[in-house]
Amino acid sequence: MKSTQQLERQLKRRSKAAKLEIWGRLISLTALLLIVAVVVGIIGFVASKGIATFTSNHVNLWDFLSGKNWNPGITDAHGKPEVGALPMIVGSFLITILSAIVATPFAIGTAVFMNEISPNKGAKILQPVTELLVGIPSVVYGFIGLSVVVPTTRALFGGSGFGILSGTCVLFVMILPTVTSMSADALRAVPRYYREASLALGATQWQTIYKVVLRAATPGLMTAVVFGMARAFGEALAVQMVIGNAALMPNSLVSPSSTLTSVLTTGIGNTVMGSLQNNALWSLALVLLLMSLVFNLIIRLIGRKGRLQ
Amino acid sequence: MFVNNDVTNAMAKEDRHVIKLTDPEHPVILSTEGLHVYYGKKEALFEGDLQFASNQITALIGPSGSGKSTYLRSLNRMNDRIATVTGKIMYRGVDINQPDIDVYEMRRRVGMVFQRPNPFAKSIYDNIAFALRLRGVTDKHQLDEIVETSLKQAALWEQVKDDLNKSALALSGGQAQRLCIARAIAIKPDILLLDEPASALDPVSTGQLEDTLLSLKAHYTIIIVTHNMQQAARISEYTAFFNQGRVLEYDTTSHIFTNPSVQVTSDYVSGNFG
Repeated sequence: MKSTQQLERQLKRRSKAAKLEIWGRLISLTALLLIVAVVVGIIGFVASKGIATFTSNHVNLWDFLSGKNWNPGITDAHGKPEVGALPMIVGSFLITILSAIVATPFAIGTAVFMNEISPNKGAKILQPVTELLVGIPSVVYGFIGLSVVVPTTRALFGGSGFGILSGTCVLFVMILPTVTSMSADALRAVPRYYREASLALGATQWQTIYKVVLRAATPGLMTAVVFGMARAFGEALAVQMVIGNAALMPNSLVSPSSTLTSVLTTGIGNTVMGSLQNNALWSLALVLLLMSLVFNLIIRLIGRKGRLQ
Repeated sequence: MFVNNDVTNAMAKEDRHVIKLTDPEHPVILSTEGLHVYYGKKEALFEGDLQFASNQITALIGPSGSGKSTYLRSLNRMNDRIATVTGKIMYRGVDINQPDIDVYEMRRRVGMVFQRPNPFAKSIYDNIAFALRLRGVTDKHQLDEIVETSLKQAALWEQVKDDLNKSALALSGGQAQRLCIARAIAIKPDILLLDEPASALDPVSTGQLEDTLLSLKAHYTIIIVTHNMQQAARISEYTAFFNQGRVLEYDTTSHIFTNPSVQVTSDYVSGNFG
């Protein structure tokens, strides 16, 4: 009997290991809660500021989303402030979609070369190059865009050279490494036995790549492209340097226009907190935030669909 | 002294015993001469000289790492990008281990089924039609017909005939492996190479797979790598025993399992090592 009690006491005593266990959980839980608090805080702050345009300044949401004139300091003939965000929304989407369309074939082609055609050279040369491209600060991209791309566009198409075309060129180079390395990951995740099965059936390597490997990697490749688009949509500095920053509906690819981000970076320092001009910019930020949430959602959905297959 | 020595040699088992095939009803369809395989500088297969009889099942047995899978994968040049293979692989009188051989055309004649069932993430129908479509077969009737006969030959038709458009990934392991066999025979190869096709299957599926292989013998020459010695004994006519990168013994299956000529073979098949 005595020994049973003794054993029970020994087993029920909080050992050092058990205490460490609790500490470990506490520390990771704290880290998690902190991150959640920061994210919720940011979303809450941007949302409360962004909504102020519609609640305290009584701007119609539809006017904001569909209006073509952006001039928050001025009121129009009806006494309403000119806060039409459509030119920026269109600019952002246009530049994002165009750069994704241009970057995708190059990225997938590079990923196929790295992974399927020449894995050794791919790992030795292309991997460090793509990683280096990711690491270049966006101001450098913007500067190169300003001093190389803009003059080239000007020489080829006339006008000032600033505009969506120049922005697309810069963003194409900026998102290329992201899309490439994520595409390479997607290809790497295709099991080796798919390739073996195809080759053993007498398929050539190229047939194997486009009939089996690329098909199997499609969800991953789509995720890569959406990630690239999310990056393009959110890029501010480099785009701002080459797009011309005119809040006008883009009527051609080589006329100065603007994106949500470029208007934000140029405008936010020049407005007074709480004023309509300031609140209108926060509304743009809210649109940006919601869009990146949408991009995240799309990535999730693709991932889930890929797993179900 | 010398006489005594000779006597002991004759009593002892041989070091190596490889027969040449002479059965006129099942002529040699594939043979290897002086086959060596190197992974980089490391030699994985030192000697693999075998002959394979047409419309018969030949089993390749041996402990892990003995080179039997390496040998098998060399036969349809699946090792091309991984290893260096020297020597001759004679297929119906042509050396298919030459650089100017069109490996894609050759693999149509020498098909392969792998250890792990590896159907594509496509429908059952598209899995089987895959290789045919690559070869430009687009006629729906022709495709339907070949899909049906291939599935029937692989003894899978009755189970899947109503689900041809369902994903092949929903099949059980045994069904998936038979689908892989159906996919391989849809292009009517001459020879079917199987690399431990039953090692991922339960006993019931294994039995069904073996029945399938026995029925396929009428149309194809089958070479199978297996870890399961009962399986080799059950289905094969000839057995080759691999050890440490060498073919130590090659003879009829009954010879290998009842009265092997090499001591190591005897130890292996009686379960004393490996």
